[in-house]
Amino acid sequence: MKSKSPIYFLLFALVALFLGMFFGMTASFQYLMPEFLKQQIPFSKLRPFHVTSVISWIVLCATGSIYFFLVYVEKFKLFSPFLAKLHFIIFLLTGVAIYFSFSFDYTKGREYFAFMPILIVPILIGWILFGINYFKTLYKNVKGWPVYYWMWGTGIAFMCYHLLEAHFWLFDFFRLNFIKDFAVQWKSTGSFTGSWNMLVYGISIYLMSKIKKDSNVATNKTAFFFYFLGLSNLMFGWAHHTYLLPTQPWIRYVAYAISMTEWIVLASIIYNWKRSVLKVEKENHPMAYRFLLATDFWIFINIILALLFSIPAINFFTHGTHITVAHSMGTTIGINTTILFSALFFIVHQIYPDFETDRKWVKRGFVSFNISLFIFFISLIIAGAKRSYWMYVSKTGSFSEMQDSLVPYYISFFIFGIGIFVSLSIIAFPLFKAFFQKIKS
Amino acid sequence: MSASSRLYIFVIAILLALFCIYNVVVYNTDGYVAVEKLSPTAVKGQQLFQNNRCWSCHQLYGLGGYLGPDLTNIYSTEGKGPLYIKAFLNSGVKSMPQYNFSEEEKDALVQYFKQVDQTGIYPNYNAEIEATGWVKIKYRNETSRD
Repeated sequence: MKSKSPIYFLLFALVALFLGMFFGMTASFQYLMPEFLKQQIPFSKLRPFHVTSVISWIVLCATGSIYFFLVYVEKFKLFSPFLAKLHFIIFLLTGVAIYFSFSFDYTKGREYFAFMPILIVPILIGWILFGINYFKTLYKNVKGWPVYYWMWGTGIAFMCYHLLEAHFWLFDFFRLNFIKDFAVQWKSTGSFTGSWNMLVYGISIYLMSKIKKDSNVATNKTAFFFYFLGLSNLMFGWAHHTYLLPTQPWIRYVAYAISMTEWIVLASIIYNWKRSVLKVEKENHPMAYRFLLATDFWIFINIILALLFSIPAINFFTHGTHITVAHSMGTTIGINTTILFSALFFIVHQIYPDFETDRKWVKRGFVSFNISLFIFFISLIIAGAKRSYWMYVSKTGSFSEMQDSLVPYYISFFIFGIGIFVSLSIIAFPLFKAFFQKIKS
Repeated sequence: MSASSRLYIFVIAILLALFCIYNVVVYNTDGYVAVEKLSPTAVKGQQLFQNNRCWSCHQLYGLGGYLGPDLTNIYSTEGKGPLYIKAFLNSGVKSMPQYNFSEEEKDALVQYFKQVDQTGIYPNYNAEIEATGWVKIKYRNETSRD
């Protein structure tokens, strides 16, 4: 019997998504009513719950999908099913410990890693176990790796490094020098995102090659060119997050130059748009196909935004505003989540070939998800533009007055946040049921 | 192993070598302007900033949450400063929870904000936008521009 570990990862990824959206919605309500339960559950308490849960959704779903593809689709014998099980148990127990740490205010860490720093040890062990299992399995089974295997391998290796780097502040060598410490903190979080993107974008290429039934998608030279471009950005492009921090100028010059290479990605998307859509074989995977189409759209929107604010002259005005939040929401929800849902629909079809993925309510959920996300995204862009105007042009009024003037956009952000929550819950429910059924069988 | 696989491994090896050199240089490079190391009191303040998740709502150099204001120069902003910070900490104004910091903890946080303030300015209006898209910023304690 095949290992059920991949399904456990996917099941708990959906739970993390649900919790992450719930915490996010509750936290965003405090933008509208700042005094709402602020002593019991202040925004500062809810935000780590929200951030950790949504990151867990991405990481658990990507991990489960990769395990699934190796075992169920490629039919490889895992190097060690026991390690995969142990990996899941470690992540599950660490997740519980992190929630416990947040609930009782044991939060000595920093943004994105607010939990007790000691908990990074089991997380790292989990990634190392994943790496051992992954590389040992592929080494025995595959000659001439398609690009997605490289991307997953790179994602796992860099994830280990950047999780470690995110905790360099524990050493006085970094901590006592504020500018260096702050720069390294944002270097690590930027590259941490780049690492999970390697996993998720690798999944999207895997799905494209499987849905199109065309292995060339993942083996041609262009695919590898973009992989190396992405890897260079992961390694050297982080400093556009810290243009305004007084680091040495050369660090920022390198980041500016590297970030601008993403124009090539944009040009490629525009050039290949029509071609890729026409070639896709969609009959067997209607929802997986639809989600990948949505990914294309969100990549297009977000890459334009990212490219614009990687230009220092534009970054100067957008940095420290909600435009940055729009970008992070646009990429994690618009790109990562659509790819992962595409993977989930593909996976459920592999487990239950008769599973009807494009049910009426799922299709409606898909449409309302994209509309809600678009308005949510635009609300943040407008709120960010207004905040930038307050910071650099009008320079009048207090922070509170500026926040009050943004309330209409926060209302829109809150309402369409609920729209995203409800839509994704509708889409995810039949998937959750199917995975649960598989676990029970 | 195929020729293309060998080429890909070679490219990755070069990128990894560059990445290692780059990291060593970044980790050993100080900021653009010389500033004092954080004092033990400031480190305590920084830890309080982390323990209470102040970064959830506030920013330093525009990085952090957006529910509260940026605190990079709260120490030196006209009309604010140490007394204002201390008064604000336990006030519980608007969405800020009412904290119960002791005098010693307040002093540690003030010291942390003081040392952060000495590192630079944000938002910095002393900037010059160039045709290349680059922005030249004049930092605190700096005489020449870059």
